[in-house]
Amino acid sequence: MVDDFSKLSGLQLDALREIGNIGAGNAATALAQMINAKIDMSVPQARIMLFSEVPDLVGGADKHVVGIYLRVEGSAPASILFIIPVEKACLLVDMLMFKPLGTTNMDNFGDMEMSAMMELGNIISATYLNALAAFTGLKLLPSVPALGIDMAGAVMDAILAQFGEVADHVLVLETDFRKEAVDLVGHFILLPEPGALDTILKALGVSM
Amino acid sequence: MGKIIQVGMADLKLAKAPDKLMTAGLGSCIGICVRDKSKQLGALAHIMLPLSTQARNADNKAKFADTAIELLVEEMKRNGADITRLEAKFAGGAQMFKFSGESDIMKIGQRNAAAVEEYLQKYGIKILAKDVGGNYGRTITYDPATGDLLVRTIGHGERII
Repeated sequence: MVDDFSKLSGLQLDALREIGNIGAGNAATALAQMINAKIDMSVPQARIMLFSEVPDLVGGADKHVVGIYLRVEGSAPASILFIIPVEKACLLVDMLMFKPLGTTNMDNFGDMEMSAMMELGNIISATYLNALAAFTGLKLLPSVPALGIDMAGAVMDAILAQFGEVADHVLVLETDFRKEAVDLVGHFILLPEPGALDTILKALGVSM
Repeated sequence: MGKIIQVGMADLKLAKAPDKLMTAGLGSCIGICVRDKSKQLGALAHIMLPLSTQARNADNKAKFADTAIELLVEEMKRNGADITRLEAKFAGGAQMFKFSGESDIMKIGQRNAAAVEEYLQKYGIKILAKDVGGNYGRTITYDPATGDLLVRTIGHGERII
């Protein structure tokens, strides 16, 4: 079993990046439809990182963010994190709820706003996973989303801790979504569990 | 003016006054600070999990409460501290997400806090203060000169313990 991410070859990382590409492409389209704006994504990355490096992907452990977390069950268990800087999350809520931009802020961010963000996380994740499932033939089911508004490190550490018992590194499939190619919307991060890697690599035809 | 030394997740560092130690964005993780007052020497470990014995990979000692505290004691001793005089403060151990039918892993903060307390006591290190639990993150700065632990949060105030 692959329980050490550092043993992955360049070819395998390329294959993982490709599934990240397929998933994120579909998720970007879903996001664009929801907020009625043109959404672009960065080139997806497949990287093996130390735990301590993961919060740097989203601006550092101290960065104030909205984090949406979903667990992926099924044949290849994983965690999904959608991390959005708070000011961007407020704009997203305005777009989702058809309010003038600037209406929502952290002081009036209540249950309704949280629910809107969770729904957004739900749709993006489901779209991403559906594309992945169609491509690999794997069964992938997202859990109900959970939402945290706090420092990026704090939002992520319990999720990273799940990997801590088996490894010092995580495999990160990451994409940034951007509005009109420049304005950051959020970071989409998929963390496959070590035990799921064999399954994914086999489905992609690049197993060890 | 001293430096501020950053400690990452699953990492451990020492500092001598006037330098300070800092770790950002503790959620379920815990920042354990120990100090030898007379030597003005302090150390901070940012742990993620309670016990190395439950893990399949325990190479990084700073990742677990039990081995991190052992390592804190060793490193302090190696740098000239009198380990019979160590004092400790710690912060973190929150539960950031709530799920219905809460899984064990999401209670990790609580388990971390219990393990830190247990192992500090086991090594005979006096606990002067702690700031644990809740559902919010913490960024902490430890001053080996005074032993002050500054806890900053978003929306839950700022305090020195």
